[in-house]
Amino acid sequence: MSTRWPWWASGTAALLIIAAMTLLPLAAMLAQAGAIDWQGIANNTYLLRVIRFSLYQALASTVLALLSAIPVALALSHKPTFPGRSLIVSLFSLSLVIPTIVAIYGIVAVFGRTGWLNEFLALSDIKPLAFYGLPGILIAHVFFNMPLAARILLNSLESIPADNWRLCRQLGMTPWTIFRHLEWHRMKHQLPALALLIFTLCFTSFAIVMTLGGGPRSTTIEVAIYQALRFDFDITLAVSLACVQLLICLSLMALSTVLRHDNSMGFDIYKMGQNSKSDTGQDDPRQGLWPGTTWNLIHGGILVIGIVFVLLPLLALVLSSFNGKTLSVLLDTTTLSALSNTVAVSLTAACLSVTLGLALLQSTRHLRIRLARERMGQWLQLTGNIILVLPPLVLGTGLFLLLRPLADVFSIALILVIMINSLMALPFVLRILETPMMNAASAQDRLLRSLGIQGWNRWRHIDWPQLRKPLALSLALSATLSAGDLSAIALFGSERVRTLPLLLYQRMGSYRLEEAAVTAGILLLTCLLLFAAIQWLIGGKERAGN
Amino acid sequence: MSMTSVPTSMRMNQSTARTCRHRLSIAVLVGTTCAMTLANAQAADETRSLTVYTYESFTAEWGPGPAIKTGFEEQCGDCTINFVALDSSAGILNRVQLEGKSSPADVVLGLDTNLMAIAEDTGLLSRSGVDTSALELPTEWTSDTFVPFDYGYFAFVYDTEALPEPPTSFDELIDASEELKIIIQDPRTSTPGLGLLLWMKSVYGDKAMDKWQALQPHILTVTKGWSEAYFSLFLNGEAPMVLSYSTSPAYHMEIDETDRYQAAPFSDGHYLQVEVAALLKQSPRQELGREFLNYLISPEAQASIPLGNVMYPVTDLEDKLPASFDRLITPVETLQFTPEDVRDGRKSWINEWLEASTGS
Repeated sequence: MSTRWPWWASGTAALLIIAAMTLLPLAAMLAQAGAIDWQGIANNTYLLRVIRFSLYQALASTVLALLSAIPVALALSHKPTFPGRSLIVSLFSLSLVIPTIVAIYGIVAVFGRTGWLNEFLALSDIKPLAFYGLPGILIAHVFFNMPLAARILLNSLESIPADNWRLCRQLGMTPWTIFRHLEWHRMKHQLPALALLIFTLCFTSFAIVMTLGGGPRSTTIEVAIYQALRFDFDITLAVSLACVQLLICLSLMALSTVLRHDNSMGFDIYKMGQNSKSDTGQDDPRQGLWPGTTWNLIHGGILVIGIVFVLLPLLALVLSSFNGKTLSVLLDTTTLSALSNTVAVSLTAACLSVTLGLALLQSTRHLRIRLARERMGQWLQLTGNIILVLPPLVLGTGLFLLLRPLADVFSIALILVIMINSLMALPFVLRILETPMMNAASAQDRLLRSLGIQGWNRWRHIDWPQLRKPLALSLALSATLSAGDLSAIALFGSERVRTLPLLLYQRMGSYRLEEAAVTAGILLLTCLLLFAAIQWLIGGKERAGN
Repeated sequence: MSMTSVPTSMRMNQSTARTCRHRLSIAVLVGTTCAMTLANAQAADETRSLTVYTYESFTAEWGPGPAIKTGFEEQCGDCTINFVALDSSAGILNRVQLEGKSSPADVVLGLDTNLMAIAEDTGLLSRSGVDTSALELPTEWTSDTFVPFDYGYFAFVYDTEALPEPPTSFDELIDASEELKIIIQDPRTSTPGLGLLLWMKSVYGDKAMDKWQALQPHILTVTKGWSEAYFSLFLNGEAPMVLSYSTSPAYHMEIDETDRYQAAPFSDGHYLQVEVAALLKQSPRQELGREFLNYLISPEAQASIPLGNVMYPVTDLEDKLPASFDRLITPVETLQFTPEDVRDGRKSWINEWLEASTGS
């Protein structure tokens, strides 16, 4: 029997590691910020315009995503039973796993200047629609956030008790009255938190704006930080932008606490999706409340548009990744080294992230259950969400300032990328593992203590069987997120060290579209394989996500 | 997941059986990770290997890079040239600044006169020790840090089929119908991009910012480097005009044997760019670097400049200069700022440009 560690050891260790990875760079950054002429910054028109554009595009994206998600969620709720419904619902959660930069490729292939849409319009002599700049950014943000919002709203609609629906029928309520008194009432409680979530995601969005932004006209703070550092070596501008970003993210975080939004980044839907009763019997109480062909057409139309919008870019990507260059790109040493870097980064970051998450939860569980210090436990756990306040580019700027005097940051790029990516995945890891960890403890804690089962034995025989599925899921998800991330590698990558997302970005940036398509295909396949393989290896037979 | 219904002992047996596979899978994951990290850590550290930071089109197979590499390696015998193609020309300076004293580069190749004072101020460059007095340049050369290896004049190159009557001055370009689109490069990352900024500044002075604002509707897009603007967008017909050099048509006339792409002569005059190379101070291979810089301005290396980099060579190639170079436009006036002027003005001019480009 090994000696037992005190309950606070793991949490403190994780806390120290997280602090070292975030507070040191932050301090390095703030030390620089002290020397900044803030008066001058306040008069810097470029900076003010960047801030304004960041807020504006995030607001517009949020409004568009919500406006398009509401009809889709309603249509799905109104048609509780039809073949393929659960498939659609899972399709809508796919956008969580697909790397942003891959989806961007698909979106360009459909909506870009020479994309499907413009080719189609050219048949009727309509001029190509503008795409790069704000239109592209908005399309991409809606692509990612409409499905997310639709699923969250659908969940709140599904939680309406069957009795309410029966009542609607007995009272002979019209669709409009049902919407006003029942559905809208239910959704409107979700909307503020949901809107804030989408706003935050769009506000800090990097890959989309960097790829589709089209020059300085449409630049967000995150991208401007990248440009200040990598284009211009303007540390002052980078630091002042990072400080502004930090302030705004802090305010968004504070606002979300007020709204009781849980910072789960919408990931809760993954869990809810598993027990959503999508395929219940034919006698669903909602049947027949929206009668007639007109309603069928409306619902069908909305769903078809929604599905086509989400599916088309993916289809375009898959189709275009088989072209004349497929073989040469596959065998290209640049591609292969980027692939091995991607896999290495993704697995290491996932392991680091899950280890940190488990260590934090081990201590918070003790705090919350044994010591009944609920508040303190929650605070400890919140430290894992620090990346939400300190977005990757801000953290990267700090790391950069901290390490540049000591070493050539480009040669340790992979280590820095692993650090940032593991912190980026941590909120998701905590979210997935929190409930199972608490459940595993709260149900049997007393029993196990009285039986004297503790330490490694307890972990191996009690926790592991219960936790392996959520563990596998959190590992798989953090590996996928890290494999697809562009923000950290964009800052630290170079021709010496590339990952697939960076290679894809560069190939798109130099308009080598055939090579980009193959690269996107490889990256997508890598992510899907990582996701499936980790769940299969670690999750056991009845793995999560089924 | 309810465990209470299963006797604990049974559960334990099952899970022990699974542990083996679980351990194996962890080992596989960790093993793969380590192997891959090691594979990437292989660093080529040879004393006779010269690392040269340059831009993409210099090292392209049709560019001057391959011939210069072969030529120099034959001359020096046991050395190798390792060209590192960065994604833009001004990006070369940013990169060595970012890497600071730990930069693995020995030579930077592809900065220009405009960036000279800024680059020198970083304190990262050493004296070249190369004799540049015999070179033929349109301007007097005094720097002993930088070695000029080619020059040219910035110009808008247009597609005669898409644009039969190109604008003949900045005013005409700005006043043209909005249908006329141009592709330009980012002055923060690309030396032609910076060149255009300075060209406009030398033509318009204090009014430059207003003129940039007026030019906005014509700008289809701003690219990071010259290659994607010229090859990927302009030659694919995305816009009828692109910011390039007065020498660019020579390539099409000689290699593609077409007169389709021409440079538009501007009555405002054209801005001169001299491209330079320099040695990095922290490089332990100063002597080899110097040899390379000397080779770069030798007639042998210069012979690959006219059609490789599509610029004017800095030595007299006599009959080796392609005939098409006689058919290029001659600027009515050569515009140029001193490197010191650019150093002092660049930051605020770029800010003006950013401000004008972000719109109101």
